[in-house]
Amino acid sequence: MADVTITVDGKKVTAPAGTLLIEACKTAGIEIPAFCYYPGLSLQGACRMCVVRQEKNPKLATACTTAIADGQVFFTETPEITQARKATLQLLLGNHPLDCPVCDAGGECELQDMTFKYGAADSFYAEPKNHREEQKWSPVVYFDRPRCILCYRCVRMCGEGMDVFALGIQNRGSSSVIAPNSPAALNPDDLAHVDCEQCGMCIDACPVGALTSGTYRYKTRPWEMNHVATVCTHCGDGCKTTLGVRSTSDGAEIVRGDNRDKSGMNGDFLCNKGRYAFDFANHDDRITTPLVRNAAGKLEAASWEAAFDHIGRKLRMDVDTRGGETIGVIGGNRLTNEEAYLLQKFARTVLKTNNIDHHRTADHVAFAQALAGQSGRTASLRDTLTSKTVLVVGGDPSNQSPATAWNLRTAVRNSGAKLYIANTEDIKLRRQAKAFVKLQPFGYGALAGFLAGDDSAGSSAVNDVEALKTFRETLKAAEGLLILVGSELRGGDLKKLVEFGLSIPDAKFALLSDYVNSRGAADMGLLPDMLPGYTPLGSERFAEYGKASTPGLDMLEMFDAAAAGKLSALYVVGANPVLRYGIDSAALKDTFVVVQEMFMTETAVLADVVLPAANLYEKAGSVTNHYGDLQQVNKAGDRAGVRSDFEMIVRVADKMGAHIPTLIPFGKGLRSDMGQTRGAQSGEADRHAVWLTAQNLEPRLSPFDPMAILDEIQRLVPGYDKVLRLQLLSGNDQHLETDSTLVQIAGQRKDLVLPSGDTLFTSGTLGHYSAMLLDLQANESRRLPVLDQTAAD
Amino acid sequence: MSAIANSIFSPEAAARFDKLATIYPVKRSALVPMLLYAQDEIGYVSEAAIQEIAKRLDLFDLDVRNVLSYYSMLRTKPAGKYNVQVCTNISCMLRGGYEILDHCKAKLGIGHKQVTADGQFSLEEVECIGACCWAPAMQVNYDFHDDLTTIKVDAILQDYAEGRGKDVK
Repeated sequence: MADVTITVDGKKVTAPAGTLLIEACKTAGIEIPAFCYYPGLSLQGACRMCVVRQEKNPKLATACTTAIADGQVFFTETPEITQARKATLQLLLGNHPLDCPVCDAGGECELQDMTFKYGAADSFYAEPKNHREEQKWSPVVYFDRPRCILCYRCVRMCGEGMDVFALGIQNRGSSSVIAPNSPAALNPDDLAHVDCEQCGMCIDACPVGALTSGTYRYKTRPWEMNHVATVCTHCGDGCKTTLGVRSTSDGAEIVRGDNRDKSGMNGDFLCNKGRYAFDFANHDDRITTPLVRNAAGKLEAASWEAAFDHIGRKLRMDVDTRGGETIGVIGGNRLTNEEAYLLQKFARTVLKTNNIDHHRTADHVAFAQALAGQSGRTASLRDTLTSKTVLVVGGDPSNQSPATAWNLRTAVRNSGAKLYIANTEDIKLRRQAKAFVKLQPFGYGALAGFLAGDDSAGSSAVNDVEALKTFRETLKAAEGLLILVGSELRGGDLKKLVEFGLSIPDAKFALLSDYVNSRGAADMGLLPDMLPGYTPLGSERFAEYGKASTPGLDMLEMFDAAAAGKLSALYVVGANPVLRYGIDSAALKDTFVVVQEMFMTETAVLADVVLPAANLYEKAGSVTNHYGDLQQVNKAGDRAGVRSDFEMIVRVADKMGAHIPTLIPFGKGLRSDMGQTRGAQSGEADRHAVWLTAQNLEPRLSPFDPMAILDEIQRLVPGYDKVLRLQLLSGNDQHLETDSTLVQIAGQRKDLVLPSGDTLFTSGTLGHYSAMLLDLQANESRRLPVLDQTAAD
Repeated sequence: MSAIANSIFSPEAAARFDKLATIYPVKRSALVPMLLYAQDEIGYVSEAAIQEIAKRLDLFDLDVRNVLSYYSMLRTKPAGKYNVQVCTNISCMLRGGYEILDHCKAKLGIGHKQVTADGQFSLEEVECIGACCWAPAMQVNYDFHDDLTTIKVDAILQDYAEGRGKDVK
């Protein structure tokens, strides 16, 4: 709408007509306090804190519900308004216990801030406060009724934002209370519970400490933590999460996950895993010392030096005597890009093998191939919020990629986006869809064929082919279509679907996979037949790797080779293939197995050497989410006794006698940034490190510095040459596209995609070690909300 | 045929509910009348009634509970056979409404929102029942009794106790 100019406190403010006054003021730097107002949710006008005086208007008006028009004059801070807000605060504090000294929200509480600002220390109310005991609604959501100021943020957040509608408001007047959807009377334990997705968004939205988190409550105070913005390790969306970290005797413990830094692609959103499932890092079963299998066949603690020595010598011998092609390497989906790149470089140049693979959770290779020769066709997670039309084929974003689902719901609710869904299951997002096509079991291939123009395929995709035709026509006419593809579509099916999408101008695509760096693992070439950036083996681009152009063994072939006694060694980094692929433990009896792991997983127990690894929250680097958005990972937690996978790979390579400056191009490039070379400050590297950190720069002074490998990734990996360092180091996400002119994938590839099948409350092997996720799974065995009901509004 | 299989309500009430759900521009507008009729039929709004009404109006159970808990005239526990509702709002208060209430309390041996042991009577202190002209007044089920004195109350309660009172629903 056209811009209008209004006057606020004598200052001219220009904003589009119809903008809410509170938003227009915020943009102009004028703060209007509000409790019930929450951007993006419906308006409530409940708290009366945002009252302002409008000229010629007999009563004070709420800024959160006033849409501005040209020439209006407002006053936001006058003695009258201060008095009104003070009176509002007195009412809000009527039942409030003022237990700030013990409250979780103390120090970051909007009510506390306002009480300080308006000084409502004295109250006219002499009535006794209405106290109620705290309630445990679920393992992660606790409710303290007396602290609640009835702003309805949680109710709207749960209903509108999450489409769960698990919270409501009951009773009337001063006895009103936020109520969960599973009342005490219906529960065997006679306590109220909340049957929901346990995302914790209600806790995040709560302006006071009425809703508190089960993992964090009463543990520490906000100012006692360091807050580190990093990327969540769980699903493929790669949300930015802020970890609250506190020092302990053996490192730094993560005590809270939240999203107070709302600059990430996920905006306001964080799901239960990002918010609570960081606790695996603090698990008692963490391995903190290297373990080497002794002569008696038992794993026993060893020194790092002995462990590296043992691995180095054994691998050197295998390469020299049996050849690199008898060694297998398996990487993980939660490694950083730098580690994944280093691992494949280590495999290809030091171990001299192409036998390298990872647990593939979607067919990223076929996706890159289908988009060969195209540019501007891949979507960022940010596009899910802005696209006008979205088609979701396969997958279940509400469960597998919650941030994607959140963005889609927000786009439908606030920007009128149209959502179309085709799925074999009745996925929850269909509730927001304009049209939902229920496919026959395994009907994705037929659907892709039908969409691409093969009318005969229609009948094997759905019952009602005519309706599907309309569906296809609607999509063809759609403007700015975004197509999200689930991992069910692979190889030829995926290509057909992409082919259909390419016929629509400006259509963009994204392929959804399962873990934070599944895409990065594929991009970085943890594949037997692809170099980083989906570059064909033997490409000139990677001439420095040597000439090996025969594809190596894939994951399954490696284990077949092991069972046949042809695999001399297996090097596993952050993966649990034995559980995931149901490998018989006897298959590995003749193979020297090295595992870098946090826990004694099903794979680690079979290893000859286990190296205790740091997790994604304990190291720095970068990850690429399934949309291709690159983000920086920052070190938050710390645990004595573990090392990053990066460092361990380098140390093993060193013990094998590899030339480390070739493997890690460190010690170059930033010399001039070291500044002081003379005078009193000379040689004080520490100070320079402080300065460099402050400037968001890092010195590549050691072979363990991931930035050194990032230099090489930028130099060699197609697509990653476009990385903007300042964007990355500033903590911003940036969308990368595979440089598809280089992608040449010939012939048929085997379908080795194995979706993890994770739900909201599981997260691969890592999930087995998160007490909170296990708790939530137990909680889930309780009744779920019936989804055939729709909410009142 | 009722819109809901195995309705917990009588066939008449179920038919009435079927119609109620169709006569408003928005289905959920039928919620408050439905709750009231359900209470008249069962004596209170039971959990089963909440669930059936939610189903009938395509609402969450939680939505029904939210509305239900707002209105003090809707109960979730059984009242006595005769629900005595004494008004103590301003007109009645000025004309001795509290005296009437206290008298009922003493006579029936129960307090606000309580039920006698035999389940015959329950007592409620209510806000204005619209009988200000004839204050003080009370309502037993849907039947009005006005211009009350304690003697008159005795007689009324006696009538109900002996089964002579009207049981208007």
